[in-house]
Amino acid sequence: MKYVIREDLLKQLPATVEPGSCREILSHGTVSQGSILTNSRWVATLGILTLTAIAVGMICLHFGAQPISYGEVLRVLGDMASDRDRTDGTSDIARTILVQVRLPRILLGFLVGCSLASVGVALQALLRNPLADPYVLGVSSGAALGAAVGILFGVGTTFLAETALPACGFAGGLVALVVIYRMAATYGQLPIHSLLLTGVILNAIFSALIMFITSILDPNRSYGMMAWLMGTLTAPTYSSLVGLMIYLSIGLFLLFSQMRVLNILALGEESARTLGIDTEQAKRSLFVLTALVTGAVVSVSGMIGFIGMIVPHAVRLVIGADHRLLLPASALVGGTFLMGADTVARTLIAPTEIPVGIITALAGGPFFVYLLLWRKDRLA
Amino acid sequence: MSWTSQHRAIGMMSSDSIPLLERGPAYDVESIRFRYQSNESPAARWILDNISFHVQEGEVLGVVGPNGSGKTSLLKVLARLMTPQQGHISLFGEDLSAKAQREVACLVGVVPQDTQMLFPFTVAESVLMGRFPHLARDRWIGGFGWESREDLAIAEQAMMTMDIVHLAHRSVTDLSGGERQRTVIARALAQTPKVLLLDEPTAFLDLQHQVEICSVLRRLRDEGGLTVVLVSHDLNLVSQYCDRILLLDHGKIVRLGGPGEVIEPEVLESVYRCRVLVDRHPSSGLPRITLPGRPLSGEN
Repeated sequence: MKYVIREDLLKQLPATVEPGSCREILSHGTVSQGSILTNSRWVATLGILTLTAIAVGMICLHFGAQPISYGEVLRVLGDMASDRDRTDGTSDIARTILVQVRLPRILLGFLVGCSLASVGVALQALLRNPLADPYVLGVSSGAALGAAVGILFGVGTTFLAETALPACGFAGGLVALVVIYRMAATYGQLPIHSLLLTGVILNAIFSALIMFITSILDPNRSYGMMAWLMGTLTAPTYSSLVGLMIYLSIGLFLLFSQMRVLNILALGEESARTLGIDTEQAKRSLFVLTALVTGAVVSVSGMIGFIGMIVPHAVRLVIGADHRLLLPASALVGGTFLMGADTVARTLIAPTEIPVGIITALAGGPFFVYLLLWRKDRLA
Repeated sequence: MSWTSQHRAIGMMSSDSIPLLERGPAYDVESIRFRYQSNESPAARWILDNISFHVQEGEVLGVVGPNGSGKTSLLKVLARLMTPQQGHISLFGEDLSAKAQREVACLVGVVPQDTQMLFPFTVAESVLMGRFPHLARDRWIGGFGWESREDLAIAEQAMMTMDIVHLAHRSVTDLSGGERQRTVIARALAQTPKVLLLDEPTAFLDLQHQVEICSVLRRLRDEGGLTVVLVSHDLNLVSQYCDRILLLDHGKIVRLGGPGEVIEPEVLESVYRCRVLVDRHPSSGLPRITLPGRPLSGEN
């Protein structure tokens, strides 16, 4: 069926619905929050969040075991941007620290945070549950198990490491999501207690297997594995950073292309179908995408928890539920949050670094308890 | 009227000049059988057992019956939410099961029984979601899309029709049951459907809004040629507002016809197993059902 817009007939509409004035009508009576998402609100919100992310990134570059002044940070960044190799005015040490260590690590933190928050948004809409999070659901530990199996069989030491470990993580995460999907399909919508229980069980099984693998590795490798499992960001080489960026960009682009579908899916399975979505297919592709992104993220940074839950929840409270804004805004806030958390992890008891997963868990755990105890009404 | 001009403006309603009787069937249901299948009980009883009927284009059809008679299942089968194991349904002459979900959604709007909302979308956002099936067909680009001016005008009109414009900026999680019900009906209207399927649309509504919704449905029928299938427990409401009534019991059609043919004491008593009084509505003259009250004190 083809829809032809007939301007002559549109003109006959009553004055109150003059085309062109409708967006104003729909956003009438809006004091703090518009009734619908408008282009300008979208651009303004994401603009502010991008600027915030850049500002926080600068602050994170400044802090460290050895603070580097903002002037130097800007100078080095300027040199990098214009591709100049100038050493005057900036000490070699500061330059090396910034370029080789801090900047790649901060970029990695931003990427990981973006991805985890986006996956959280998608899972919450898919499972119709505001507590869904790759860590809580056991998707992260599934991915970690996949990556651990990869390391056990020596994938991590070969030239395959950069491509094969994310693939192993993807496979593990997918196993976890298939179990969750089966549960969700049985109950229609995963009730909060079944959801948490599924996560607890999956986490228990996967951790047991990970511990088994850790215990049979030789002590040197098992120490590295423990540190990785707790959720650690280490400065990557630029080539691996670019590889990860390409991989995640594809995953996130495909996820972002489903923003309107997520809106409709959040209404519930039956409503989504009556609005024209092939829900089985949409859910399958979204589950695969979330597993893909989680797998890659976990294989480089281990299990960093709760970002996928805290960030979308907080962002939703402020900007509303429309995923066209919620998803990109959560991604930016998640990236910014993890950059900050990682800076705390680097500097809190410098020069000793603590795994950033500890910081996010300490921030996220209490928030989780708060949601369970005081916001029961929002948890269905 | 504005709703009709909306329909005409987007080139949808081709049939509004044709008299009711000369129109074809919206639905043509041929001996369908449906049951829920599970591994535990592969031979469960048929929820819908050999049902055949037509829904004329532009009629308001009420579906009634006791609890568990298959009313909601019938509605879900018509909405293509469930597929019957046997039989055949055609929608405007085309095989329903061969249509894509999105094609069905462009023709059929559904108002489900459970309208619980979990995420804090605003009322305006929820209604606008009704425009989703009319989006660009490409599903990868569709995710980024914005609603056009026409989408907004249609959503606005649907909100006016359902009297929820003043709620536009409110979150659907903070609405009362009736306000939420009206939001969901407005969303279905924003789909600019040719058929509207409603499951207990008046369950949460007070008297004023019950009457209002029923008159709105009839007005959309009269002016826009909308076909309405309405499942309800409220026999009086169905009798007053529907052109024909389909009475179901144990998945079978007991009777199908005008209110006078279906709302008969013997028929209702055999189906509902309870005594009812049927008289004439004082103003419309249509059948009116009254439950046998307790006897007046002093009488026996």
